[in-house]
Amino acid sequence: MSDIQYIHGKQPHPREYRLIFRNVDRVGWDPSLHTYRNDGGYEQLRHALTMDPKAITDEVKASGLRGRGGAGFPTGVKWGFIPPNNTKPVYLICNADESEPGTFKDRYILHQDPHQLIEGMVISCFAVGAKLAYIYVREEFPEAAHILERALAEAREANLLGHNILGSGFDCEIHVHRGAGAYICGEETGLIESLEGKRPYPRIKPPYFPAAMGLYMCPTIVNNVESLCHVKHIIRMGGEEYSKLGTPRNTGTRIVCVSGDVKKPGYYEIEVGKLTMGELLHEVCGGPKDGRSFKAVIPGGSSAKIMRCEESFKIGKGDDAKTLSFYDLPLDFDTLAAAGSMAGSGGVIVMDDSRRMSWVLNNLNKFYAHESCGQCTPCREGSTWMRKITDRLVAGTAAPSDIDTLNSIAYQIDGKTICAFGEACSWPVEAMIDKFRDELISETSESNEGIAHSAENEAQRRFLQPSQS
Amino acid sequence: MSDVLNNLVASPQTPGTKHYTPFAATDDVNAQADRRIAQYPPDRKRSAVLPLLHIVQHEFGFISSDAIDWIAGRLGIEPIKVLEVVTFYPGLRQTAPGKYHIRVCRTLSCAMGGSYELMEKLCELTKADLSKMDPHHHPIVVSPCGTWSVEFAECLASCGTAPVCLVNDDFHEGLAPEKASDLLKQYND
Repeated sequence: MSDIQYIHGKQPHPREYRLIFRNVDRVGWDPSLHTYRNDGGYEQLRHALTMDPKAITDEVKASGLRGRGGAGFPTGVKWGFIPPNNTKPVYLICNADESEPGTFKDRYILHQDPHQLIEGMVISCFAVGAKLAYIYVREEFPEAAHILERALAEAREANLLGHNILGSGFDCEIHVHRGAGAYICGEETGLIESLEGKRPYPRIKPPYFPAAMGLYMCPTIVNNVESLCHVKHIIRMGGEEYSKLGTPRNTGTRIVCVSGDVKKPGYYEIEVGKLTMGELLHEVCGGPKDGRSFKAVIPGGSSAKIMRCEESFKIGKGDDAKTLSFYDLPLDFDTLAAAGSMAGSGGVIVMDDSRRMSWVLNNLNKFYAHESCGQCTPCREGSTWMRKITDRLVAGTAAPSDIDTLNSIAYQIDGKTICAFGEACSWPVEAMIDKFRDELISETSESNEGIAHSAENEAQRRFLQPSQS
Repeated sequence: MSDVLNNLVASPQTPGTKHYTPFAATDDVNAQADRRIAQYPPDRKRSAVLPLLHIVQHEFGFISSDAIDWIAGRLGIEPIKVLEVVTFYPGLRQTAPGKYHIRVCRTLSCAMGGSYELMEKLCELTKADLSKMDPHHHPIVVSPCGTWSVEFAECLASCGTAPVCLVNDDFHEGLAPEKASDLLKQYND
């Protein structure tokens, strides 16, 4: 790896381990097939096509790879859910909808290294028996869609796609399908509905697990861009060897995207669990801006529960239990879950002491109110109610009781909807109230209790309290 | 009743309308549609509804009722099935944008980086009146001259280089509000 030069000013930090982002910002690199092949590209596909498809799935299982989209579900296990007696066509979908606020890793893979994704996808298609695959790209990536179309055409021309790939007898086609700006299409069943040409209303699980009943009611594997890229490296290294990267149960590398109030925001590929939060924020990202100190961090995309920087957490059970400060938490799936949040999509949003938490929460509530698909009542209505309450909080017209109302709305959405959007929109509210209740209360006023916030409110008040009108 | 239905597919004129030709099912558009439809299994043509809508919006600026009928015809589905998709997705429009359509990211990291201030500055320079924005029917605001239109978009996935925006299909990052004027100059006629 040492012979790779990176563009000045964009060199990886010494604590990084570049696997997926090996070619991102590389000097002399471009997204063409020619460049990719000169660098040994598509050799893993050639090798994989000589393997038994089951053996590829076994390697992925052995690697311990967990999905990089947000849920962290083991990829190999997901593949294994295709019914064994299946006679229907199998589809593979690459989820390139990248829409979790705070996440910006897939953008660079699609723009700079599209063939890495295509190679990973063809290998994965061969493993699961899919002959047709789609890359669902968010509409806001028009250039990425263009680059992918060109890369797919190059691959087709070179017989790396299409009929009888590299003489193996395996046929596989991949197409680009563009979304149209809806966050819910990142949810795998919503994505499938969208790909079927409908409104992307998520399907309920069970029974609609995509691996059994997915696209066109056929077995469908939906994986994130980064996860599919990892497959190529698992074939190269072997599952066993790959699993030595990172820490047990949290293997491999992952791309952490840091944004907000740090000196050096950006993307950093690290071995999972090998870096602590403090090392990431202080050493890699250069610490807080001058004269500021860290206040709170959202560690895994906007849906992850916010954490206070001065907090400590009890991790583990029984004799293994230990108390760790926020900065000593290793960045892996299990620790962040034990600390009450999640590693999610790897989007770390940092806020310093200049930020008002009511404003932060209001910004997120606007996002979720806008993006709720409207299928389930608790989420459709509740996300807007939560936005309205935080609108008042920011405007200074909220009463202390509004905080309890806000909390109760959140808990009435959480767990009561078809898809995980219910949790995604209520967790930020629940966590913010849990961690910053005093700050939120301090922005309210008793004198706002019972005041009307709209014409309808006022009419209602007059009806209920005619004597006071 | 019919007014209600007609309003659902109406495309009122905007100052930007002059920059776009009315929808017509030309040979070129039909050929593009053929290529997209071929990407899906033959009995699953409905899957091509988003790709066809993208073709229309790219060529004609917005989705008119004629375009909805054409897509429905090409895919063998009822027009309402096209309309339900058009009205759901924030990325599809039923009225003409400006010649250059600017989408500024509104979500947390960009907002912390100053995207609201950027939007204010853009509105000031283009004279687009953001208070006219009606999120349900016309989520974009077109400048009186018709050259520009602005819209707040949710997370554009480049949080590390906030604030960011899209101008038509071009992506711009690290746009401190004071760079607004330089951004617009790149697109001046």
